[in-house]
This record gives sequence, structure tokens and C-alpha cells, in this order.
Amino acid sequence: MTAYLKLDHIDKSFVRGGQVSEVLRDIRLTIDAGEFVSIIGHSGCGKSTLLNLIAGLTKVSKGAVLLEDKEVDSPGPERAVVFQNHSLLPWLTVYENINLAVSKVFGRTKSRAERHGWIMRNLDLVQMAHAKDKRPAEISGGMKQRVGIARALAMEPKILLLDEPFGALDALTRAHLQDAVMDIHARLGSTMIMITHDVDEAVLLSDRIVMMTNGPAATIGEVLSVPLARPRRRIELASDRTFLRCREAVLKFLYERHRFVEAAQ
Amino acid sequence: MSIQSVEDTKVKAFPVKPAEVIAFTAKARRRISPLAIARRLATALVPPAVVILILLVVWQLACSSPTASLPPPSQVWNEAYDLIAHPFFDNGPQDIGLAWRVLISLQRVAIGFGMAAAVGVALGALVGQSVWAMRGLDPVFQILRTVPPLAWLPLSLAAFRDSNPSALFVIFITSIWPVIINTAVGVRNIPEDYRNVARILRLNQLEFFIKIMVPAAAPYIFTGLRIGIGLSWLAIVAAEMLTGGVGVGFFIWDAWNSSRLPDIIVALVYIGVTGFCLDRLVAAAGAFVTRGTTAK
Repeated sequence: MTAYLKLDHIDKSFVRGGQVSEVLRDIRLTIDAGEFVSIIGHSGCGKSTLLNLIAGLTKVSKGAVLLEDKEVDSPGPERAVVFQNHSLLPWLTVYENINLAVSKVFGRTKSRAERHGWIMRNLDLVQMAHAKDKRPAEISGGMKQRVGIARALAMEPKILLLDEPFGALDALTRAHLQDAVMDIHARLGSTMIMITHDVDEAVLLSDRIVMMTNGPAATIGEVLSVPLARPRRRIELASDRTFLRCREAVLKFLYERHRFVEAAQ
Repeated sequence: MSIQSVEDTKVKAFPVKPAEVIAFTAKARRRISPLAIARRLATALVPPAVVILILLVVWQLACSSPTASLPPPSQVWNEAYDLIAHPFFDNGPQDIGLAWRVLISLQRVAIGFGMAAAVGVALGALVGQSVWAMRGLDPVFQILRTVPPLAWLPLSLAAFRDSNPSALFVIFITSIWPVIINTAVGVRNIPEDYRNVARILRLNQLEFFIKIMVPAAAPYIFTGLRIGIGLSWLAIVAAEMLTGGVGVGFFIWDAWNSSRLPDIIVALVYIGVTGFCLDRLVAAAGAFVTRGTTAK
């Protein structure tokens, strides 16, 4: 069986003013349908670049991104992105923001009533139906991120890409949203790839954790499977031995073997 | 024990305080509201009224000697009373009230400025979107925008061979530059995230223009429109003085030729007030359209 998503020997370098800087080298990874994969690494290791490559927002220099055996090199709604800073359009209401996506993706295949139902279902999924007529400026950061997730889900993506989705949120809101994402993953069985720099978050949410070495020319250092049964509950896991072992493995990778070197920046 | 008691008093104190505050503001608002409105109106209207009064007195004193070359306000009031009191009279083709003349000039501005706004936003979007269009066009725009409005008039008279389209062209060419330049800046400042959203949704050029670019750049676009409408009002009055017709600009020229100085002064007031209203109108439209856009 071939992989759902395959990152095939990907290199990425940026050229600026004649200077070539190699960001990623020889990235090889396969992801199965329905899997939740986290990519973790120190800042500047190119993990956001990797997500942008999968999203098609940046072009690969060498190698290819294959989704169901087809090469993808431009962005599209089947690889929806939840941006770190939500990226909701401030002049549209919550409902209109999602409608922009839904009417573009399903404008031909769904009737007006079906589209409305679909928007409301996705808002319900993130528990934001009550705020559908509010503008982004009128809701909190956590709520904005929920709407961002709803907008991405409403595109019915094959893969949901989350770019440090909870990075800008306080710890309590973050925990709520992590639970929401786990719940959505369980209910929809969607394939998700999440960029994070939070070790607990990675272990709690992921089936596998991809650990990146430091840049320049970063690559995948290690891939850790998290053999924890789902549904997972953060309180029970706090003293779970498997959880603690995984957590330790990621911490050791990040802080012993691939310590962040300030000078490398 | 002592900690417990402190917490208790805190807990008690909390719900009482906000309740008081809410009651107070509600009462206060209901009582003060008409007075507050009157006070606000007074602070807005009294200072300009005083200044205008002082200016009128100084003007009256300065121009009341028999040798004065300009009429004092009292003479303006007496001689141009018909123009002041009856803005909408209509006694035949060249003898109409100032309000009609202003409306005719406004109509020209509406056409010329409307075209400038449409073309300016489109060109500005192009310049803001494409690096090469910017490199090629920006220097040209920067030079052309410094050309004074009336300097375009002879050329446009030669090209159009008629005064009305020439006047429209002068308005167009005067007011288009700030629209182009501000739109381009606005488009260049669209956050990368909005562009990424559009790319993921695979919005086409037209959808991107309508759904992302125009609303995102709207605050900049309206700044450009506001400058543009001010300039076009400047240009139309000047252009009409030269091209003739029935606009308010020609009225001033005509009044000058028949030495009716009070009429000119009344016309100036009309022009100033109209320009002020135009500016406020565009500003209000901008505030309405961009509500919620500036807040993140």
C-alpha cells in the first residue's frame, strides 16, 4: 500500500541576493490517512517552511510532495491551513469568513441551503455557532483560532495543516483548544499535521512526533511513535508511564542531542 | 483564620461594588444626556462662531473706508442679497442661482472624479501587485502628479476641441494620482496571511481583487479618494473660469469681468462650504465602508 502523503527527498533552499541558504535537506516522511503527526523543533529549524511546502505555499527546490501519489506544488483547499495568527479577514463576520471558503470550494456542488447547513455544522464543531455574526475583532484570541479551525475544516480537506495553532494563546485556552482538536480528529478521522514547539502538546495530540534537527540544512532527526490509546485525557496522562517516556524522549532529543545553538542563528 | 476572614470580606465587597457603579452610570446617563449633548454642541459650535464674528468685524473695519478696494461684509450682504437668500432661482440660461451653479460643477466633478476613482483604483492595484509595473509606472506617476491642474487644460482643449470634456479631463487627471498612489501602498501592505488564504482557496484574480484586495486596502483607498476629491474641486473651479459654461467657476470669472465683487465673495463661501462637505462625505463613506477593517 502506498502512503497517503509522501515527502520524497525534499530539499529547500532560499536564494537572496545571490546567497543561497539551505533550509531543509533530504526530508523523507510518509504519513497515513487519519494520522495525527506533530513536527517539533527549535525555532528557525525550518518546520514552518516544511508546512508551507506541504501546503504548496512555497515551492520545493528538489524532491516532491505526493498526496495520494499525485504531486502537489501549488496551494489548494484539500490541504487547508490553520494559521498561527488565525488570518481571519477582519471586515467579514465569523459566518462570512467561513462562507468565503465554503462558497468557493462547494459553490458548484452544494445548494445555498446545503452550504448554510455545512457552515453551521462546522461552527458547531468548534462551538462557535453563537458568535456567527460577530467580527473577528469582537471575539477573543482562542475563539478566533476556533473559527480558523472551522474555516479550514469547512474546506473538507484531505489534510489539515496546523501551523503552531495555539502558540499565541494562554495556557488554559490552549488546553481547551487541544481538547477540541483531539475531539475533531476522533470524530472526523481527518489527517492532521501540526507544527509545534510545545513538547506536552506534541505528545498529547500525536500518533507520531517528527523531531527536526537544527538548521541550516535541517532534516528529520528522529520520528517517535506515541503508543497511547485514544481518547486521551490530559489528567490521566499526567502520570502515565508511556506518556512520560515519550515526553522524556522528545525532551532529550531537543535539549541534549540537538541543543539550540544561539550562534547558529 | 485571619486569611479566611480577609477572603470573606473580599468576596462580600466584590458583588456590591459593581452593582453600585452600574446603577450610578445608568442614572447619571439618563439625567445628564440632554445637557451633555447641548454642552458638546456648544463646545463644537461656539469657538468657530466667535472666530467668524471677529473676522467679520475686522473685515468690516478694514474695508469700510471709502477708498477701500474690497467691499466690507455689510455691502456684500446688501448687494448680493439675492444670491444669498435665493440659491435656487432660475431666470433663464445664464441667470440662475448659485446652488444650481454649484450643482452643475458638482456634476462635472462626479463624472471626472468617478472615472478617476475607478481607473485609479484599478491602476493602483496593478502597481501595488506587480513589482515590474511599479518599477515602470511609479516614476512616471511621481512626475505627472506634480503638474498643476490648469497646465493640462490647453492640451486637453486641443485634444477634445470642446470645453466640457476638457474640464472633465482636467478633473480626472488632477485627482487620479493620489488615488493610484494610495491604492498601490494599500495593496502592497496587504498582510501575507490574507494572500495565503486566497491562494489556498484558489481565488482567481477577480475574486481576489473584489474579496480581499479592495476591502483590505480600503482605508488607504479612501485616503486617496479624499485627497482626490479635494483636488478635483480645486481643479473644476479653476477650469471653469477658463472654459466658460454655467459652473460656479465661470460665475466668478463673469462677476469679475462685470466688477461684481460682492458676488465673488458669496461664490467663494459656496465653494468653500461645498468643498468641506465633499471632504466630509468621502470621509464618512470611508468610515462606513472600512468599519471593522482597521481593528485586528
